[in-house]
Formats: sequence, structure tokens, C-alpha cells
Amino acid sequence: MAWILIALPLAAAATAFLVSSPPVRARLLPATGILHLLLLLVILRGWRTVPSGAWLGLDALGGWVLLVISVLFCICAFYAPSYLALRPERDHRIFSVSLLGFLGLASLLAEARHPGVAWVAMETTTLVTAPLVYFNRNRRSLEATWKYLVLGSVGIALALLGTLFIAYAAHMGGVEEPLQYNRLMQEAGRLSRPWLRAGFVLTLVGYGTKMGLAPLHTWKPDAYGETPGIVGALLAGGVTSCAFLALIRIYAVMAAAGEDRFAREILVGFGLLSMAWALVFMVGQVDFKRLLAYSSVEHMGILVLGIGIGGAATRFALFHLAANALVKSVLFLSAGNIHRSYASKQLPHVTGAIRRTPVSAGLFLLGFLAITGLPPFAPFISEFNIAATALTTGHVLAGAAFLLLLAGIFLGMSDTVLQVVFGTPSPQRVRTPYKDTAATTAPLIVALGLALVLGLWLPGPLRAMLDSATATVDGTAAPTVHLAEVRP
Amino acid sequence: MSPDFLIALIMLTNFTLVATSRINKAIQVAVVQGVLLGLMPIAMGLGRHPHILFMVAAAIAVKGWFIPFLLRRALRHVQIHREVDPYIGYTASLLLCAAGTGLSLVLAHSLPLKVGTTPTFLVPAALATLFTGFLVLVSRRKALTQVVGYLVLENGIYLFGLLLVEDMPVLVETGILLDLFVGVFVMGIVINHIRTAFESTDTRHLSELKD
Repeated sequence: MAWILIALPLAAAATAFLVSSPPVRARLLPATGILHLLLLLVILRGWRTVPSGAWLGLDALGGWVLLVISVLFCICAFYAPSYLALRPERDHRIFSVSLLGFLGLASLLAEARHPGVAWVAMETTTLVTAPLVYFNRNRRSLEATWKYLVLGSVGIALALLGTLFIAYAAHMGGVEEPLQYNRLMQEAGRLSRPWLRAGFVLTLVGYGTKMGLAPLHTWKPDAYGETPGIVGALLAGGVTSCAFLALIRIYAVMAAAGEDRFAREILVGFGLLSMAWALVFMVGQVDFKRLLAYSSVEHMGILVLGIGIGGAATRFALFHLAANALVKSVLFLSAGNIHRSYASKQLPHVTGAIRRTPVSAGLFLLGFLAITGLPPFAPFISEFNIAATALTTGHVLAGAAFLLLLAGIFLGMSDTVLQVVFGTPSPQRVRTPYKDTAATTAPLIVALGLALVLGLWLPGPLRAMLDSATATVDGTAAPTVHLAEVRP
Repeated sequence: MSPDFLIALIMLTNFTLVATSRINKAIQVAVVQGVLLGLMPIAMGLGRHPHILFMVAAAIAVKGWFIPFLLRRALRHVQIHREVDPYIGYTASLLLCAAGTGLSLVLAHSLPLKVGTTPTFLVPAALATLFTGFLVLVSRRKALTQVVGYLVLENGIYLFGLLLVEDMPVLVETGILLDLFVGVFVMGIVINHIRTAFESTDTRHLSELKD
């Protein structure tokens, strides 16, 4: 059954390629998105029953990540028709095909039970998203695409080498093929340690490049800065989540092998470095889309930091994945609206947006407050708990650095954001016909609402899934259990 | 032909590649390396498995013919023949390549091999090739040369994959080839756009975006 989640978007992508009417093609996006989400919700009821030897199947971890991506895709897809209608001069055939193809490949990645399959899915995700970065078809977007493609491909190549190293670790230990994650985790004790460690470092560097961890993030500000907001939202919440999933699957094998100390030290280092690097480039950043890109670098840092601190923080890192994706979609889409209204994304030209596009500017401001950890939005829950876990489990230095960096980033971001929203209108500003409409703001309000709800209340089934996903990442639970064993 | 001899030849192609300034020659070196890599499984005595023979044919076809064909076609379009003024000069590149090869030997030394594995130089050669590809990728200005670098980087990974070729399903191996092919193909399309946007494939033009 699970394959339908992969097949549906790919079939929709093929249809989008064949359909010649732009409005019909644009409406295919929300239709596919909502259908994918509904099917996923039905299939997720059976996440506990993935057979051990399966090549494809949704366990709690994959299910959680795919749920995040599917909801994010829906938000972007409902925004897409009105956005594309604003840009009638651009042919969006390739754009729609790429968006839908991304959803199919993200589903493949979430369902992959074998590191090789996961790698193929991740690589293909890079390739289908490259045309999205080039949507504006100018020199600047071309440069961004080239950097995205070259750096992404190198990263993914290193991840492949890391995957092969881990396969060799299994080979040395006499673990039989095929090397599904289940088998790797069950027989983790037999894996050859030097190869496993080297493999983990390579996959971390490789998938870390795709996530945009500093210092491998250099493609990110360019790519996010030059794409439409809708692509930025999907890259910052979707593609990065895919890479994070591929990485923590390998981390889970490390943890099951008892090598988590080694892995966690590196993860904490990468996490703090990413946050610090992001902070440096956020201060005085005049381009608000690049500002969001650095914010994405920061939040990728928080994700790996949470995994690195371990314990309860693992759970909140997974929770943060959802919080980050939802709020990033609000930020990127509202930034896209403001960009559209001013025909610029840079500070001296864009100031006082609250007067021209009150809804988008208000959402941009709320999104900024949410992402920097204002209660009761969801990011607050995860950021607070990661800090609390760090401080109470002996990572006092890391916890203190984390809190300091969060405070610094809040201050660094607020300067630019407040000027964009409330600043005195600049004499150089350009007026465009764009006005906020229900269609370009409603999806954002839904996303922000979801981030608010998640901050206050996590539904029971989601809580159970998150707990099980956490156990998978920690390597403490067998990744696959039968329905009868876990019934309360 | 013994596998160690092939590995030595592959290492030689690495050095030739970093020392060359003509793009056409760089592509040629990549072809030679691709074919040598393609022949490796046979030299290692794995020719008895039909799926490995299929892989040999696919690797030679993709690395030795199809990708160079795409690159040469792009080269004819852009009318550029030389890599002028690379970020890292040729002598420095050669020295770096030699240092990288030495480092690969040291690194590979700390990774134990399964008892009875031949050829023993496979891992250092794979790492050295990977390093060479990376070096070319970051030190050259022309988009085409960068793609050749990427190709060589992937060659290094392919070489390492040979250690596992008996135990890995065809799915993953063909995945590698397929992705390499698609990757180069998409890069080819982007190169074409760079050419039309800038009338050259010099990535120096791609430097507007910065903080």
C-alpha cells in the first residue's frame, strides 16, 4: 500500500507535464497535495507493522518526517496557484513537474528501508529541485542553481561513499545482505568500528551539505535568496528534512552499535558551529531572504544539536523538525509576498511593509517571533526543552552556548525584520500592483495556526509516533515491532 | 592484467588530469580513467557473475562514451579550449594531488580490510581519486572542467564500490551509474544556460551573490 504515496505524486508529475493549460496544471498541485496527505494519514495508522525484511515501508520515524513534508507541501501547493497566476509570463510546466516529483521522491526517501535506496532518493531529490532554483531564469538564479547543483552533488557523493563504508563495515562483520536498516541495527554489534565511524563522518558531511550545516552551507543563502518564496519554503522545510532523516537513520545505526558518544560529540560541534556561523551573517543582513536562509542554517544546527545532546533532546529535535518546517513556510511565503509587492528583497528599498501589505508583514513578524522561540509557538517548546535537557544532563557548556546563540540570533534578526515591517517607508521604494489576497495569505495563516496548536497540544497518536521515532533514533527500540507487542 | 597494474594506471590518470590545461584533454583523461575503472571487475576475477558483466558494460558505456559525448558536444558549442588562470595553478595542483595521494595511503592504513581482500591498493586509490576529483572541482573556473572533476570524484567512489560489488545488489550499483548520468546531464543543461546567459562557461561570472 505504501508505494502509492510514491506513485501518486510521480503520476501527477507526469500528468502535469502533459497538461497544456496553465491554470489546470497549477490546480493539480493542491489536489495532489491534499490527496497525498489524506492517503498518508490512512497509511500511518499501520506504521507499527512494517515487516522486518521490507524494502519500503513507513515506520514511526519515516512516517513522522513524511507527515511534516506532506503538510508543508500542502501549504505550498495551496499557495502555488495564486502565486503562479501572478507570474503569467513564466511557463511553469517544469516547475510543477519538479514540485510534484519532489513529493514523490521525498515519500520514497521516507519509506526507504535500505540506505542505498535512501541515498538514491536523496540524490534524485537534489536533481529535481535544481530547476526550481532556476525558476526566475536570470543570471543570479543561474549562479545559485550552479552552486546548488555542484555543492549538492559533491555532498551527495560523499554520502554515497559513507553508505558504502557502512556496507563494508557490515561486510567485515559478516552481516548478510540485504542491509536494511533493521538488520544493520539488530546486528550493529558486529559492524567493524573503524569503517562505521568513517562512514558516519562521511554521511554527516554529505547529508550535512544537503541540510546546509556550516561550513557546508554556502549554497544555501544563494539558492534561498534567488528562488521564489514558495521554493524557499519547500527547500528549507522539505529537502533539509529529507537529508536530516537520511542522516539520523545512520546515526541510529551508530547508536545501536554503542558508538553514539563519538557521533554525538561531532553533532554537538556541528550544531553549535552552524548556529554561530548563522549569527555572524545575520547581523546587519540587508537581504531578508538571505536572512531566512541563515535562519535555516541555524535551525539545521539546532536539529543536530538536539540529536547530539541526546536523551529527551532527541525527541524535541524531531519535534523541532515539524516546528521549523511550519514556521519556515510562513516566513518564506510572506517574504515572497513582500518581495513581490516591492520588487526588491533588500533593506533600503523595503521598509514599512506593514502599511502596504499588512497581512503578509504581520505574518512575517509573527513568523520571526515564532522561529526565535516566542511562546506559545511550537519552536519555543523544542528550543526550551533542548536547552533544558542540555543543562540538566551535563552538557552545561553546550547548553549555555545554545542559549547565548539563540539570544544573539533573536537580536541579530530583529533589526532587519523590524525595519522591513515597521521602518519608515523609503523614498526609493517601487510600487507594484501586488496586493495581499485571501489566496496568497490563507495558507500561511493555516501554517502559523498549526505551529501554534503544536505548541499547545500534541494529539495522542502523534505523541505515540514521536515516542516510537525517538526510540528508533536512540537505537534503544527494535525499529520494527509487531502490532500485538505495542498495544497498550 | 593484474588489478594492481590497473590501479597504478588509474592513479597516473589522476596526475595527468590535474596537470592538464586543455579541456579536451581533460575529457580524454576522464574517458581513459572510466574505461580502466570499467575493466577493474574483470581484472579482479569477478567476470563469472553475469550482473557484474552487465555492470562492466554499463560503466564503460556511460563513463567511456556517453558522458564524454555530452561533454564534447557542450565543448563544441562553447568554443573554449583551455582552462585559463585556474584558482590553483598546475604545479600547485600536482603537488596537492601528490599530497592527497599520500594522505589517502595513510588514511587507508587505519581502515582494516577483510582478510584475503585483493587488491590491497583499492582503498587508497579510491580515496586518492576522490580527492583528485574534488581538487579539480574546486580549483578550476570553467564549468566543463568542474563537471570533469565531479566525474572523477564519482570514479573514486565507484572504485571503492568494487570492494563490495559481489555483495551489493545490482539495484544500488545501477543507482550509482544512473545518478552519475543524470547528474552530469542536468549539469550539462545548466552549462548550456550559462553559455547563453554569459556567452562563456566561465564560472567567474557566477560571482554576483555574496554577503
